[in-house]
Amino acid sequence: MNLLKKNFTLLAVGFIFSSALFAGEAEDKGLQISKESKAKDLGWTDSSAELEMILKNQHGETSSRKMRLKSIEQQNDGDKSLTIFDSPRDVKGTAFLSFSHPKGNDDQWLYLPALKRVKRISSRNKSGSFMGSEFSFEDLTSFEVDKYNYLYMKDETIDDEKCWVITQFPLDKYSGYKRRIVWIDQSEYRIRKIDFYDRKDSLLKTLKFTDFHQYLDKYWRSQKFKMVNHQSGKSTLLNYTNFKMQTGLDEKDFNKNALKRAR
Amino acid sequence: MRFKHSFHSTMVCLLVGHFFSAEANEFEVRGNIEVQGRFFYETPLFPSQHDNQISLAAAPEFFWSWNDGNDSFEFVPSARVDQYDDERTHVDIRELSWIHVGDDWETRIGVRRDFWGVTEFQHLVDIINQSDSVEDVDNEDKLGQPMINLSVVKGWGIMDFYILPYFRERTFAGAEGRPGIPFVNTDNALFESNDKEQHIDWAVRWTHSIDDLDIGLSWFEGTDRTPDLLPRLIPSGFELVPFYKQISQLGIELQANLESSLWKLEAIHNDNNQQDYWALQGGLEYSQYGIFESNADLGWLIEYAWDERGEDSSSTFQNDLFFGNRLALNDVQSTEILFGLSYDLDFKSTSVLIEASRRFGDNIKVSLDARFFDSDKPVDPLYLFRQDDHIQLTAQYYY
Repeated sequence: MNLLKKNFTLLAVGFIFSSALFAGEAEDKGLQISKESKAKDLGWTDSSAELEMILKNQHGETSSRKMRLKSIEQQNDGDKSLTIFDSPRDVKGTAFLSFSHPKGNDDQWLYLPALKRVKRISSRNKSGSFMGSEFSFEDLTSFEVDKYNYLYMKDETIDDEKCWVITQFPLDKYSGYKRRIVWIDQSEYRIRKIDFYDRKDSLLKTLKFTDFHQYLDKYWRSQKFKMVNHQSGKSTLLNYTNFKMQTGLDEKDFNKNALKRAR
Repeated sequence: MRFKHSFHSTMVCLLVGHFFSAEANEFEVRGNIEVQGRFFYETPLFPSQHDNQISLAAAPEFFWSWNDGNDSFEFVPSARVDQYDDERTHVDIRELSWIHVGDDWETRIGVRRDFWGVTEFQHLVDIINQSDSVEDVDNEDKLGQPMINLSVVKGWGIMDFYILPYFRERTFAGAEGRPGIPFVNTDNALFESNDKEQHIDWAVRWTHSIDDLDIGLSWFEGTDRTPDLLPRLIPSGFELVPFYKQISQLGIELQANLESSLWKLEAIHNDNNQQDYWALQGGLEYSQYGIFESNADLGWLIEYAWDERGEDSSSTFQNDLFFGNRLALNDVQSTEILFGLSYDLDFKSTSVLIEASRRFGDNIKVSLDARFFDSDKPVDPLYLFRQDDHIQLTAQYYY
């Protein structure tokens, strides 16, 4: 009797232990793949690109915004980026400076040329819409490993590419998402697709990356991002052109003075 | 309209003769023209004023850059023609300056505008530029200020040094301007300094961001931008004459991004030969994102203003509460509505401002503003605007 009970307990402990191990493995695998994906992308130093954003409403009507984007990689910190708006005309010259951090809040400032004013943006704006698009601010900040918890789900083939499917749980309480499911291809560790689940855990948006180009024989960048909002029926297309890496940008191009003279 | 071409220095030489070695590689023109109507629905307080008023304005911007963007030149004239107000019909140079960028410094020489501060309803610390008060009653429009500005960027923050060799007098609405005080005589402004508008002012400002905190400390030495209005008897009655004091002003700016809110504080100490004083403006801005399951953002603003001089203060904001909302629909037309209310705790007077704007097509922006003033105490500076509630419709074409 005692023996049986003891064996049963052992069995139960064993079962719990093994399932815990299994969960741990899935977490580990998800983290490892995401780490590797980030690690493979280190060393690009800086980049610049022109960007057209096409907003499409539920009736299929479209409208376009144009901007330029400059980014610089940081040692042991998130990237810095400067976005300068070119159209519509009334917002031309408006510029957005962002310092992304793996831990803690990102720092963000907006320059309003009509008032000559640099205005801080609350770091809580993560879930806010970027320029009326289906992209929120957090969709456009640099990916940092420490911003999420991970869970490997399965392998799946999309766009003829075998992918790992990983669930990422944002650690930031101001994130607009409960989780994101990310498809990372196994050949080059490129993110192919992201499903975004809102705070109520219903599918909100899907982002697909296509038209990949390789730069400096190493770094892959998608030139077309398509975000579809399943709940509103609206979508936003980002088309990158004139993408360049290691263009010689440096720190002085990413401070508040640079923000003020951005044109 | 961005033209990229490596044209010879001819054009640059014409405009900025001594940058002979300069190789221009970018030239750009943009700007806007606007038509504006103001509609008043109460009888004017002064017989010289009108019920409706139309005006036209233009502000083209010319921009050159060369030397890989490390040198640039900017020219922004601005002009307005008003149907009635001779003072509001005016031309100004907002910008006419050369910017040179070095490794951790830059120089900005010429006529410029520069903003200091963090709060929304009043800008106490902001002192480089004079207000162009005829443009709008909110004093957000500024006149270009001649300056030599050196800005140094270090790990410990940004240091700005300014020499301001010429003083710009504040603009005031003329006899037929509304809202306005018809008996301000700007032709005979008085100055404490014998150098009058030739007095050379200087300023220095340090700003730094540490994590979620933005800090600013500044010192200004020279002619106060805000005049005292001195009554003076003239044969036809009396008039108000602007008097510009010499001051030393300490400015303090603090902004903290705590959780969902931006906490803001501006304080000044104004040292002058009449009555030294402290004044402050502080409050918070809280934003909600994606309200009502939409893309719309809603901001909440609360601020308080205090001035040591109390009811004797020449400032309208000596003990005032402010409340505001900013709704951005984040739609294709960038529809925005701003609501602001200020309540004077001493004079029990209220002023309300509503600003709504929307883009039509790619190039046209239409704004509908409404202003309401409620004051029944003759000592309250707002009392002179009590009949000036109005609606202002502005259509701007951007190119």
